[in-house]
Amino acid sequence: MSRDLHPAVAGAQAFQRAEREHIEGPIFETAEGRDRLGKILTRYPVKRGALLPLLHFVQEKKGWISADDMVEVAAVLDLTPACVRSVATFYTMYNKHPVGRHLVQVCTCISCHLHDGEAVLERFLQETGTREGETSEDGKFTVIEAECLGACGFATAVQVNDEYYENVTPETVPEIVEELRNR
Amino acid sequence: MGYPHSHDLETTTLLSRYIGDPEAKTLRGWSERRGYETLRKALEMSPEDITTIVKDSGLRGRGGAGFPTGLKWTFMPNDSGKPHYLCCNADESEPGAFKDREIMRWTPHLLIEGCMISARAIGAEHVYIYVRGEFFPVSRVLNEAVVEAYEAGYIGENIQGSGWSCDLTVHLGAGAYIAGEETGLMNSIQGNRAEPWMKPPFPAQSGVFGMPTTVNNVETLATVPMIVDNGSAWYRQWGTERSPGTKLWCCSGHLKRPGNYELELGIPLKDVIYDVCGGIPDDRGLRAVIPGGSSTAFLTADELDCSTTYEGLAEAGSALGTASPIVMDESTCLLRAMRRIAQFYAHESCGQCVQCREGTSWVTKILRRIEEGGGRMQDLDTLYELCEQLTGRTICVLADSVVFPLRSSLDKFRDEYEAHIKTNSCTAK
Repeated sequence: MSRDLHPAVAGAQAFQRAEREHIEGPIFETAEGRDRLGKILTRYPVKRGALLPLLHFVQEKKGWISADDMVEVAAVLDLTPACVRSVATFYTMYNKHPVGRHLVQVCTCISCHLHDGEAVLERFLQETGTREGETSEDGKFTVIEAECLGACGFATAVQVNDEYYENVTPETVPEIVEELRNR
Repeated sequence: MGYPHSHDLETTTLLSRYIGDPEAKTLRGWSERRGYETLRKALEMSPEDITTIVKDSGLRGRGGAGFPTGLKWTFMPNDSGKPHYLCCNADESEPGAFKDREIMRWTPHLLIEGCMISARAIGAEHVYIYVRGEFFPVSRVLNEAVVEAYEAGYIGENIQGSGWSCDLTVHLGAGAYIAGEETGLMNSIQGNRAEPWMKPPFPAQSGVFGMPTTVNNVETLATVPMIVDNGSAWYRQWGTERSPGTKLWCCSGHLKRPGNYELELGIPLKDVIYDVCGGIPDDRGLRAVIPGGSSTAFLTADELDCSTTYEGLAEAGSALGTASPIVMDESTCLLRAMRRIAQFYAHESCGQCVQCREGTSWVTKILRRIEEGGGRMQDLDTLYELCEQLTGRTICVLADSVVFPLRSSLDKFRDEYEAHIKTNSCTAK
């Protein structure tokens, strides 16, 4: 599929899927990795412009970005590992640790706060049996508090991997968790 | 994702005409709705003529600051000999705002058409659409539209046989509010931390990759085609002299019908809340509203007669911002609400400037201590002092953004703060 990817959108394929394949080891030596790297590099006048898209690609394939991955990204872009690390750790969406199969992000920012966002977060933690930022024992859930997800009119907003759930209330949480657990 | 409400009598559907129409997402559907006709028209116009129409229309930037769009375009050099870039700011991240995602996921081709017309006006050879990383469902729709537009020859080499070429790339952010600040956004496209840089140099002189750049918001760019198509006088039939046209509103908080509405600029704020959005659930009283997204000043129930224009809300002591009123009913603890807002800015401060990094964090800590019953009366003086220290001393306006709500809440709801400090109680009903 990626062979047909248009270069204009090759760097914008980021997604976190529940059924993602876990690739180990160097990623830019795979056919898909080389293809994606080549396409992304054509879109920026300097190599470094490809840094964010490449980090997204690593996360798309591996679910998170390890120190080794950062070293590899640095090598393909002629940057230092420290430089890549400084960027990867600046942005909250890059997972620097493995996360559960479902990364649940509950917005508690102002509009969601007015609609009990904190109670929704509490309920997610309760239903999944985790503490914030930790992964449940079965590896299925990581629940975190998120700053504004940009869905303020449909509070409380919750993002699970690459999907949005809106108008979530503490009462609807068990149903969502149950559905995710069975996927 | 949410779905827009059916159009009310008060709404004026120009920009949002096809929002909610699934057919409009595809190139075929878009073409049946006169899609890309304006781009073809623009390809026969000179860049100066396109800029003049947009300038005369009085269109102001919809990203929050309200800078006149046509004027911004004239800052681009004519003969620099360097490549020019257009960056579309789709990093919608102001708490309260959720309009750009609706434009992108329902009418992606409208945005692309607006980008290409604007790119032509400023002589850009490459457009970057910087979409906030969280918007996966949006970027999927947008990506498809971009590929379709490439294949149909609306982007790329020799566009529609005009001899003019321009590329477009979708670039995803990765979770940073500050990437919505224009220099932070450009830094992020360059592969850096999204740290804003000092202006001058302004983007038109030295922007992304050091080249002349214009940064415009999604809604601004999506408004360009209708103006170029119908002319500036046509657009000026809506709104006021200084705030022409319509605006997509994002209404959230305690409302019967929260959501997106396209409204003519200038209707009273009260009507937006009570007529368009149906008022507050259970007809409870209104305690406060932040009219333009979380970085604008609080207004009280007595201040809602102001007109919803850039100038009207400025006169009322607040700002139109992104036209994103967050409504709080009488049961809202404003201290908690303010702490929640401050917490956002403390989290999103990029950390470059000491005043912002430390100040936003201290504001949050002090508010939290008051909330937990440990407040002292001198905390109020300290908060005012922090307002002073956070204003106008930093590279970008993130620090100033927390001051607008903070200072206004201290001025207007002092009784709330005092009740918490003195008796550990709240004035909310």
